[in-house]
Amino acid sequence: MAMQGVQNEEKIDLSKDEQKAVRARSMKLLGELVRPVRTRLFGSLGLVISAQGLRVLLPGLIAIAIDKALPAAVKGDFVPLNLLIVGYLATAAASSALIAFFVRYAAKINQDILFGLRKRLFAHTQKLSIEFHETYTSGRVISRQTNDLDSIMELLNSGGNDMIAGLLYMIFTAVAMILLDASSFGIMLLSFIPLYFLTRWFQKQTRTNYRKTRVASARLIVHFVETMTGIRAVKAFRKERANEEKYEELVEDYRYVNARVIQLFGIYDPGLIMIGNVTAAAVLFYGGLRVFDGHLGVGVLIAAMLYVRQFYGPMEQLAMFYNSYQSANSGLEKISGVLEEKPSVAEPENPTPLDEPKGHLEFDAVEFHYGKGQTVLPSFSLDIPAGQTIALVGTTGAGKSTLAKLVSRFYDPTEGAVRLDGIDLRNLADETLRRAVVMVTQEAYLFSGSVGDNIALGKPGASQDEIEAAAKAVGAHEFITALPDGYGTDVNKRGGRVSAGQRQLISFARAFLADPAVLILDEATASLDIPSERLVQHGLKTLLADRTAIIIAHRLSTVSIADRVLVLEHGQIIEDDAPAKLIAGTGKFAKMHKAWRDSLV
Amino acid sequence: MKKRGTIATLLRIFPYAKSALPRIILGTVAAVGAHMMALAIPGYLRGLVDSIKLNLNQSTSSAVMPILVPVVLAVLGLGALEAIMVLLRRWLVLTPGTHVEAGLRRTLYAKLQDLPVAFHDKWPSGQLLSRATGDLSLIRRWLSFGIVLLIANALTVVVGLGMLYSFNWILGTIYLLIVSPLWVIGFRFEKNYHATARKSQDQAGDLATAVEQSVHGIRVLKAFGRGGFITEKFANDALELRKTELIKAKMVASLWLYLSVIPELALGVSLFAGVWLVQTGQMTIGSLAAFILITSVLRWPMDSVGFLLSMTIDAQTAVERFFEVLDEPVTIRDPDEAAKVEQVRGRLVFEGVHFKYQDAPAEQADLLDGVDLELLPGESVALIGITGSGKTTLTGLATRLYEVTAGSVKLDGVDIRDLSREELRSHIAMAFEDATLFSASVRENVLLGNPTASEADLEQALAIAQAQFVYDLPDGLDTKIGEEGLSLSGGQRQRLALARAVAAKPAVLVLDDPLSALDVDTEAMVEDALRTVLKTTTALIVAHRPSTVQLADKVALLQDGRITAVGRHSDLLASNEHYRFVISSLDAAGHMIEVK
Repeated sequence: MAMQGVQNEEKIDLSKDEQKAVRARSMKLLGELVRPVRTRLFGSLGLVISAQGLRVLLPGLIAIAIDKALPAAVKGDFVPLNLLIVGYLATAAASSALIAFFVRYAAKINQDILFGLRKRLFAHTQKLSIEFHETYTSGRVISRQTNDLDSIMELLNSGGNDMIAGLLYMIFTAVAMILLDASSFGIMLLSFIPLYFLTRWFQKQTRTNYRKTRVASARLIVHFVETMTGIRAVKAFRKERANEEKYEELVEDYRYVNARVIQLFGIYDPGLIMIGNVTAAAVLFYGGLRVFDGHLGVGVLIAAMLYVRQFYGPMEQLAMFYNSYQSANSGLEKISGVLEEKPSVAEPENPTPLDEPKGHLEFDAVEFHYGKGQTVLPSFSLDIPAGQTIALVGTTGAGKSTLAKLVSRFYDPTEGAVRLDGIDLRNLADETLRRAVVMVTQEAYLFSGSVGDNIALGKPGASQDEIEAAAKAVGAHEFITALPDGYGTDVNKRGGRVSAGQRQLISFARAFLADPAVLILDEATASLDIPSERLVQHGLKTLLADRTAIIIAHRLSTVSIADRVLVLEHGQIIEDDAPAKLIAGTGKFAKMHKAWRDSLV
Repeated sequence: MKKRGTIATLLRIFPYAKSALPRIILGTVAAVGAHMMALAIPGYLRGLVDSIKLNLNQSTSSAVMPILVPVVLAVLGLGALEAIMVLLRRWLVLTPGTHVEAGLRRTLYAKLQDLPVAFHDKWPSGQLLSRATGDLSLIRRWLSFGIVLLIANALTVVVGLGMLYSFNWILGTIYLLIVSPLWVIGFRFEKNYHATARKSQDQAGDLATAVEQSVHGIRVLKAFGRGGFITEKFANDALELRKTELIKAKMVASLWLYLSVIPELALGVSLFAGVWLVQTGQMTIGSLAAFILITSVLRWPMDSVGFLLSMTIDAQTAVERFFEVLDEPVTIRDPDEAAKVEQVRGRLVFEGVHFKYQDAPAEQADLLDGVDLELLPGESVALIGITGSGKTTLTGLATRLYEVTAGSVKLDGVDIRDLSREELRSHIAMAFEDATLFSASVRENVLLGNPTASEADLEQALAIAQAQFVYDLPDGLDTKIGEEGLSLSGGQRQRLALARAVAAKPAVLVLDDPLSALDVDTEAMVEDALRTVLKTTTALIVAHRPSTVQLADKVALLQDGRITAVGRHSDLLASNEHYRFVISSLDAAGHMIEVK
């Protein structure tokens, strides 16, 4: 099975090829993350090398103090001792200062890496097409951007520093030991054999387990987010108990894999301590023999003991680093998968400029079907002159929304082309397209922040006056000023405190402020009550006066302001004329209009 | 929020860790044991070094071995014991720690589901999520690692200092004097670090919220081409978090500096004094060696204090954030002794109902200001009123999604507050204006309120809601609809939500503008089908247009927080000007009100 993008994301046991592909892409990502900071990384490496180099001198200085300065002091000569003590203090202070500096320096690098990745992932997710979001679920996107990123942060925060520091410390310790007493080092070398086997075992066991924790935690998050966003329905339909059972299961799955990982480390770590301590005893035995022979100073023996201790101390940190590395690696695997996803609606590499869009729309032999599904829109052509207001009517599922989504380029046509002022939409930069074409849908999502902020989304940086003017134009000003803090009122989570109709008014104001050449209203008035609708209609007259508009509405009151009505059935345009003419005729629209008129009473 | 100290806050988590507590305590004992083994080793070396000094150069292997071998064996044995103790500590503590974490996670989730909708209106789900994930794993790590090592390390330092004293009191005093400022530094750190740690966790929660909204609002962002804008905004928030993290790193770095310099300073000065003591014969060289080795054993416990302290404070803020949710009162609760509706007939009565959102300004009038409305069994009533008049709020009161602030709602004569929520909501089913669907199969979504319903019931509900389109989906009724039904059209979602309410076979149906996204033809078909259900079911239907009103036996007009008129549609249309204003596109003479 292919591992392209987020495909098979929850697979645990990968084949060799898949393993290779996944590793290659996460390593590539890691490389890309590190590249911008690589000079600074070398700087921080330099810092650690100097700090650890100094620190490693300390036991050696103690050895000299006991073996050389002590006898001198006994003879009454305190100069070597004084020099050594001063040297010791200076070295210790310098190495500590360097490390403290390194901690801050490295934190900056880590945060930069993290920030870069955060932003890149966020921006990429925004670029991915609606198609991707419809199947991937928000919980998983959130999981990638929170939990998986956290695992990388943990690696960078503690692991990175500790790893470099620990590794260097071990190397320096080894060098110092060779210089001080090569045979003690020889004993330590022997201890590498059990060390190797222990580490191999640990590596093998943890690899898949970490992948499992990533998958389990993502599932947990998906379920959690869905419950909280759908809490009303959860309560109304008494889904709490079923939810709890499901969640408990997920929590237990996660706990189980997590405990497995922790237990493995719980064996590995004492194993390291054991090897270190046995080595220390061996060094003591062999060193002790030589001290009695007079071949070795007591100070050297003590220093050797200190070195063995210090050698195995960082081993623990290395193991912890390896631990967080494995965890972060599984996070990287998932994140790099999302980043590998290509937007199915891609931006052109060399976009055609369009400075002043007029709003002339053309459908040229357009055909559309979702994925491999049924054809929604069979081949058709359509020309909408700039400034014309079109009403699209037809039964649910006739393809009205699909047509609107092609104009706003949520999807690209399967065949043919949609053109704006003669330019294929696929050749327009996203920014250009979005400035020219705006769509307002039935689902009027509000972001947390104030009502004013939400309107200003139509035109970032809009002044308060502009915002209010937009609200007035669509008849939203009145209810907004009645809110506790007027335009500054927080809309809360998902607009909890604002009714659905009011949400639609706000999104109308948003569109008004955006001032596009082409405006698409897809059922944008569905939740409005009749008084609000009257207000909006009034606003629409001015709003649509000199721009191209496509209106999809079940309520034909909105249709009355259209220049032209298109009746869609099974994706085909069966009627196309001015509303008055159609009403006067005997076609489908005439019937619909009559039914609608009857429904008004 | 009450201000609590670090310890008082952290203590609050222990009732939830009760089952793990014995093993955590034993684990702490094992950790202390491991350190004690390490501390004991220098004592043996001290004897060895001193006897080396005595026997130097005059020893044969037969003389040396009896001295050397016991010491080496002791060191080996102690070393092995240390490793075993560490193994024991980890084994004792780690698995129970994960159980505690899982328990906390379940507790939090259950509490969140229990809390009223008003709470969820207030709290973005990103903040809740960051509590349920990052914060809880932090608490787990602190319980199974932080607290254990903090206690063990502190004890080890005390014992180690005692041993230093026992070797030589002058050296011990010098060492202690120099090391003691660490307490002050640690204490000061705790005070400063706390606010920053809290800020960083809150900012992380905000980021999670921003991510959540950027995905849920993706259609709007795409439609307006605001992906770049929202990314910039997100980046700014992320930069703030970065700033906080850097301040944290700065604090940790300076703490680290003190924690590593001061023990070295103490060691250097002691070394100097020690050599002098040895030279003047007040101390043996073995004691000095052992002294130095012990200080090296103490190094890690002292170094780690910084890390453990910051972890403890991180855990404290995590506990605080956890209890912010847990302390939240569940204002809409089950009664202690739940009443039962003996025979459910579906008579729903609103009596003098008042409601005001908690965060509404005090001077503002109640949103619902004395609503009186009676729905007889089997009767359907359309609720009419302008946008923002409180219609949706009123529907939420019937199932206690929100609670009346005064007055009462009664179902078949029983105050709904005397019923368990479970029972109440099994009698009353709702269809919301924004149809919330879950990522589950069509079948599961429709049967949400009635999981044991028969296949025939399911088909009937789908037929009534004109939702037969589901049979054409790739896997029919077993098709998984994406989260929140994103891949379905608004009209399709709305019909599924309607089918869900119908399938629950409730005594009372509450429908909030249930047909708004349907075209005229489909709406007419749904209405025809729905009428058969409404014959026997009480229904409260929020309506925005006359066609929906047709469903109901009578209409109630909500105006200025009260029901100002109840009657038949045609009567009110003729007699009530406000009613006409709200519901009709035609003027009194029957002409279309033209848009000017």
